[in-house]
Amino acid sequence: MLITNLTILVLAGFVGFAVISKVPNTLHTPLMSGTNAIHGIVLLGGLLVIGLSGNSTFNKVILVIAIAFGTINVVGGFLVTDRMLEMFKRKPGPPPKDGEGE
Amino acid sequence: MKLVPLTGHCHALLVQISHHPAVLRRVAAALARHHAFGSAPLHHAAVASATVCADIARYVGLSSLTFATAKASTSFIHNTDFLRVLYIVAFALFIYGLSGLTGPRTAVRGNRIAAVGMAIAVIATLLQPGEGNWGLIVLGVAIGAAVGVPAARRVKMTAMPQMVALFNGVGGGAVFLIAWAEFRNSDGFVGKPLYVAVFSLFAAIVGSVSFWGSNIAFGKLQELLPGRPITLGRPQQLVNGLLLAGAIVLAVLVADGSHSQLEFIGMLLCAAVLGNFVVLPIGGADMPVVISMLNAFTGLSAAATGVALNNPALIVAGMIVGASGSILTNLMAVAMNRSIPAIIAGGFGGGGQVEGASGAGAFEGTVRSVNAADVAIQLAYARLVVIVPGYGMAVAQAQHAVRELAKALEARGVEVLYAIHPVAGRMPGHMNVLLAEADVPYEQLKEMDDINPEFGRTDVALVIGANDVTNPAAKSNPGSPIFGMPILDVEAARSVVVIKRSMNPGFAGIENELYYKPNTAMLFGDAKSAVADITSELASV
Repeated sequence: MLITNLTILVLAGFVGFAVISKVPNTLHTPLMSGTNAIHGIVLLGGLLVIGLSGNSTFNKVILVIAIAFGTINVVGGFLVTDRMLEMFKRKPGPPPKDGEGE
Repeated sequence: MKLVPLTGHCHALLVQISHHPAVLRRVAAALARHHAFGSAPLHHAAVASATVCADIARYVGLSSLTFATAKASTSFIHNTDFLRVLYIVAFALFIYGLSGLTGPRTAVRGNRIAAVGMAIAVIATLLQPGEGNWGLIVLGVAIGAAVGVPAARRVKMTAMPQMVALFNGVGGGAVFLIAWAEFRNSDGFVGKPLYVAVFSLFAAIVGSVSFWGSNIAFGKLQELLPGRPITLGRPQQLVNGLLLAGAIVLAVLVADGSHSQLEFIGMLLCAAVLGNFVVLPIGGADMPVVISMLNAFTGLSAAATGVALNNPALIVAGMIVGASGSILTNLMAVAMNRSIPAIIAGGFGGGGQVEGASGAGAFEGTVRSVNAADVAIQLAYARLVVIVPGYGMAVAQAQHAVRELAKALEARGVEVLYAIHPVAGRMPGHMNVLLAEADVPYEQLKEMDDINPEFGRTDVALVIGANDVTNPAAKSNPGSPIFGMPILDVEAARSVVVIKRSMNPGFAGIENELYYKPNTAMLFGDAKSAVADITSELASV
């Protein structure tokens, strides 16, 4: 199990390098905010631990907080990224109109 | 697919089905076709069930009754292999979505695809056999959504760096809380393989550093905390080293089976203080590096959580973020010609800062101040104007005013470009986001390497709230703390206009000799009103 997971870990690292190294400066903020949303996937960890183990009251409290944190991370992250990217997407319209000089 | 064997050799096949998920899926496909074509029932179980899912459930259920060796599963949607397939779909969507972020045209779709991947991953998790505590799950998600959605919808583009820092921080917070609950549930990782303990503890430390560090970054960017470096001075690095060592020693003790919650909490505390101490000494100009580094940290800690919980979706997603965050951090550090350890070590080079400040008086020459009307005339008769935005533009929220000015100039046939330094602002790509918000065409935003050769043919370089990224000392003065940092060559332009609130040095506390050059003129004032003034003066030129 450990070996399988480590294999996945290392390969995913290389995939991350390969996918991201082509991103232009312009999109650095959305990229960061998008990857930020993706690491909100720790939410799954909270869901698994709270759902599958017998938890004490204290654990339930910290896990509910963890799930709330994870949800903020995921939902907020994707929404904010979407808002930012929408601004970049609008661009294809205007350029022909105001071009670059004459 | 032949359906006959299903009825004929039902039991033999069922054993096969229950042991081979691939076969199970083929049967599912066959049953789906069977239902779709509405042909005669092939088996009494199939007749009784209304859906394909139920058919499968019954076959597997029957076989598990008949053969004790078969898995006891009630429905294929709770089948572990099926859920693993969902996870694979989820992270495939993450990767596909992220690769869409490499271009502005595909980026929106990419982000949404990644969000769909996330939804699938969450659903797959909720379908895990035995998943329960629904009330608490709903509570947690509801709180999270109630906080996250309005925050994300309302935040201003200028406040984006602190928002990203905050979202990052809560991710780290979730990681260390989960590790803590894991520790408590297993009474100190009793009965778990050593690697589970190691990865959980790693996640707890890194998550805690990321949580507290991000909160400090948020506080600084939101101006709840002073933006200048707060440092213990020389002992800072020693203290940080001791804290890290303390956290690791405690983690080793816990992993070794001490079962001591006190030690676990001590470890979390060491990491928490370390997180504070790492970010407190960092000045505003280094923020892009720190934010992207903390982002990478949270990613890595999520990946470690994934290994500990044996969850491939967490591993892949966390690791991709860890890798991309590392790339971005490195890009930022290279753009400042500083090593990441030097940035983490705090301040702007410590001693160098004093040197730079004391050398300030050494500049010869005088500062030439102009008014908005002068600038308007200069701009009106220029062929190429390059706008160099910096953090000052973000603070003054001047991006819309800048866009208005650029439009007015373009209407007169002046070519307008924007020179974006990779570390301008407080977050990677900060300026691009602000200018995009103001509808500046993507094509006019030029990266440093593309725009630097253009300054030679530039009539007016308009520097708006940027300072250190234009400082020629980075090239000419080996004693300067920023020596070696690639800069925008604005001084090569025929004329330079700097809009700035005062002569106060920038964040790094370094005088900018650009302001004393004969071809430089200073327009003092708030970036937004100064730019608006130029635009209105332009109308009367």
